[in-house]
Amino acid sequence: MAGLRAIGLRNRPAAGTVCRFPEDPGPCLMTTAERIFKSLRRNGLAAIPTVLVIVVLNFFLLKLAPGDAADVMAGESGAATEELMRQLRARFGLDLPVLGQLQAYLGGLAQGSLGFSPRYNMPVTDLILQRLPRTLTLMGFSLSIAIALGLLAGTVMALNAGRWPDRVLSVLTLLLYSVPGFWIGLMLIVLFSIKLGWLPSGGSETIASGRTGFDLFVDRLRHMILPALTLALFYVAVYARLTRAAVMEVAEQDYVRTARAKGLSAFAVGSRHVLRNALLPVTTLAGMHIGGILGGAVVVETVYSWPGLGRLAFEAVLRRDYNVLLGVLLLSSVLVILANMIVDMLQAWLDPRIEVR
Amino acid sequence: MKAGPVDASSPLLDVRDLTIAFGDTVRVRDLSFSVREAETVAIVGESGSGKSLTGLALMRLLPRSARIAGGAMAFMGRDLAVIDEPELRRLRGREIAMIFQEPMTSLNPVLTIGAQIAEVVTLHEGLSRSAARRRAIELLDRVRVPDPARRVDDYPHRLSGGMRQRVMIAMAVACGPRLLIADEPTTALDVTIQAQVLDLLDGLRRDLSMGLILVTHDLGVVGQWADRVVVMYAGTKVEEAPPGPVFADPRHPYTAGLLAASPRVGGGRSYRSGPLPEIPGNIASAVDEAGCSFAPRCPHAIASCRLARPPLVRVGEDRVAACPVVNVAEPAP
Amino acid sequence: MSLALDTPASPVAAMRPRALRAFLRNPAGVISLGFLLVLFAMALAAPTLYPEDPLSMVARPFLWPGQNPAYPLGTDSLGRDVAAGVVWGARISLLVGFSAMALGVTLGLVVGSLAGYFGGRVDDVLVKVIEIFQTPPNFVLLVVLVAIAQPSVSTVIFAIAAVTWPTTARLMRAEFRALRSKDFVVAARGLGYGHARIIVREILPNALPPLIVTSSVLVATAILMESALSFLGLSDPNVVSWGSMIGAGRELLRTAWFLSAVPGVAIVLTVLALNLLGDALNDALNPRVSGAR
Ligand SMILES: Nc1ncnc2c1ncn2[C@@H]1O[C@H](COP(=O)(O)OP(=O)(O)O)[C@@H](O)[C@H]1O
Ligand SMILES: [Mg+2]
Repeated sequence: MAGLRAIGLRNRPAAGTVCRFPEDPGPCLMTTAERIFKSLRRNGLAAIPTVLVIVVLNFFLLKLAPGDAADVMAGESGAATEELMRQLRARFGLDLPVLGQLQAYLGGLAQGSLGFSPRYNMPVTDLILQRLPRTLTLMGFSLSIAIALGLLAGTVMALNAGRWPDRVLSVLTLLLYSVPGFWIGLMLIVLFSIKLGWLPSGGSETIASGRTGFDLFVDRLRHMILPALTLALFYVAVYARLTRAAVMEVAEQDYVRTARAKGLSAFAVGSRHVLRNALLPVTTLAGMHIGGILGGAVVVETVYSWPGLGRLAFEAVLRRDYNVLLGVLLLSSVLVILANMIVDMLQAWLDPRIEVR
Repeated sequence: MKAGPVDASSPLLDVRDLTIAFGDTVRVRDLSFSVREAETVAIVGESGSGKSLTGLALMRLLPRSARIAGGAMAFMGRDLAVIDEPELRRLRGREIAMIFQEPMTSLNPVLTIGAQIAEVVTLHEGLSRSAARRRAIELLDRVRVPDPARRVDDYPHRLSGGMRQRVMIAMAVACGPRLLIADEPTTALDVTIQAQVLDLLDGLRRDLSMGLILVTHDLGVVGQWADRVVVMYAGTKVEEAPPGPVFADPRHPYTAGLLAASPRVGGGRSYRSGPLPEIPGNIASAVDEAGCSFAPRCPHAIASCRLARPPLVRVGEDRVAACPVVNVAEPAP
Repeated sequence: MSLALDTPASPVAAMRPRALRAFLRNPAGVISLGFLLVLFAMALAAPTLYPEDPLSMVARPFLWPGQNPAYPLGTDSLGRDVAAGVVWGARISLLVGFSAMALGVTLGLVVGSLAGYFGGRVDDVLVKVIEIFQTPPNFVLLVVLVAIAQPSVSTVIFAIAAVTWPTTARLMRAEFRALRSKDFVVAARGLGYGHARIIVREILPNALPPLIVTSSVLVATAILMESALSFLGLSDPNVVSWGSMIGAGRELLRTAWFLSAVPGVAIVLTVLALNLLGDALNDALNPRVSGAR
């Protein structure tokens, strides 16, 4: 937050002044920080009803699941008497009428509780929070790869529009669009782990290796490369195509001609004027894909035995641990909403024309 | 305001037989004119007559699909038509600058106007960040943007069209160029602001003694601000003269038509001709006519007009025109 | 009748032959369509081509592709014919892909057209519904739905439709909003036609081009989703599908990586063909885009 504030500090306006549009003769009084803050507040309010509905739907999905926590525990212990079952149900509040259970569920949520996982024998919230950082790291790394490679490929395509680098990359992106993530993951393992032996084929670090400090960091990075790349490839294609279109459109704009008329080099025109503007649509899309990347993580984490949320969801399915499964669903929905808010803030920062009402 | 007696020294810019083409389609043909130091030359013509292409060719900023198909543009001992990219970049923004018709879209929406002005002085004069910023504020003040110290941090969308065009002018004159090309600088602006902007340009021309090419389709602008007028039609120059004689006695039917269509200077004084008749099709289609490109619309056209392109001939002191019909009765100079 | 003659024509009628010609001029689109037709024929003919149950053992295990001409794509760890699996798997992929698309597109079309056509309150509510369905990550929601409903071919179809319909709904909402104020619609309303007739007979035909393009891409998406589900084991254990073959081959990556590679190639080719078909349809049906190239 300190960073965000600093952006706007240069020119703080007097409090309570408003900006009019667009022939206003007075200077602009809405700073970057204010734009960001307003976008945050508006989105936060809009998200509340969405989250509530999702929570309730989540609860009913849980009710639809075959068997309840008591069944699971009874199955676990092998023999279960009617009496024991009744006790278990009472303990989890499962003997209440449905509305009562919903009330209990909401009450629990309000205290940050997503219920108890009999299989893992720990609260679902703890379990999820334990796995969350790994997934966020993986997603962040792979989103960075996707954006970097996508911007690069898209720019190259736009600069060579219609010529062979454009055609080759177009075919390549179309191919990446069509490859299932789990399959490309396996093929990368065959190539880089089995045939070449360059990178580990799974896990998040070498177990019991006693590595510390920089060695540990490198070890973790090596474990992350293949899963992150696998997760990124589809989005490389998405961003490349989008960047190509955006760069080609921006390059036609009058202000690019103005920049060239100043005597700027092609690189300065490209980076300061073209790319800066072409980034706007790419950012929007990056936000829209957070959900897709989270979904992709389920498969990729399973392929690479990456101990994150996605793999937890998979394990929960195998173990019929519906509390955990729905906990992951709820949390990932919240992550998507948060990501969208962040993207809106980013846009408010990147695009001074966005004036939040 | 008008330049004094014509000085004999070599001109600042000398354009000879400039030809611009898109593929095989010629859009500007054999255009010649020159601009002296501190002189304002107006290029006048209907929309589509090749004025912007001419300006862009001088900056070597033609659209990708266009090329300079012939001619030379001598400027400060170089030929702008052939110099290489690094040399070009040293000239652009420093020795030659251009401002465009559309102030609303000619500024980068995601950079503050201060940053956009500072960019050009940092590039050509190597000023530090803070020095460039101070310079930007001075320049904004020079182009009469009110409260420049605050405006410098504004983004373009906050400014009105007139203010944006002033910012464009500040950027263009930031390094004191020898030649400024203003491509219809006031067309997109309110009439009330037009005169202010033109006054500003004229003042800067005088102070910096730079050559000014004022592109316009409005003959009204010409009389007040220009030292010389080049009238273009469909990519060719049809007449060139000082504005006084042009208004008093146009020597080309197209110029006469433009005058008649211009309420501020034409009005009742229309010369031998009514308003220009509307013709179907694009003005550009006239470029490929074998004869005079204006013949299809010309009230005086005779059969020979359609056969060969009439040459520019001297029709008086310091003026040329390309119409043998109108000028046939004149005594040879 | 004479009244109808004066009403502005709906623009779609004139474009069909032109669009067809444009499509036929696009080699990638035509080849893709050809590939998909062959795949369809193969899937339909599977019981004749490979009458044996593809899950039964037919030969020595771990034959590599090309090793035995009778089993061109090799055999797996249990001696099952990989080629038979690929052909039978095509049935599942295409069945799930097209059914899920049809179901999802229908639902999306209904919701989107109502929201776009009526606007106002109806629109507000439906947009919120769409937003709610779009918020949870598609694939996570899909896994939850299939896990809760218990995996089978039909639950997979329903679940995929349930997570993909918002795409169509948003698209159709935008189309209907844009079209509802067009001259020919206003004219139809002026003639006293009911909402149902205007939606189905006037607007829908003009909203079809983008719908057709999206449908093609949605089949591709559905096939990818189905393969990922069955790779994870979330599919009917008694039918062979490309994803489940890859999942089974996963344990044998070190020794027999072709077991995972071969069905994956089948998925890639099918999905690529559908995407190329979508691009070609888009260029053919949407002259603005193809003209700008
Ligand atoms: N990018 C372009 N592509 C094709 N033709 C162009 C392009 N730009 C200009 N032209 C053509 O060149 C002619 C002259 O254009 P221009 O110089 O912009 O006219 P003016 O500035 O006098 O209105 C016009 O007829 C126009 O059709
Ligand atoms: Mg112009």
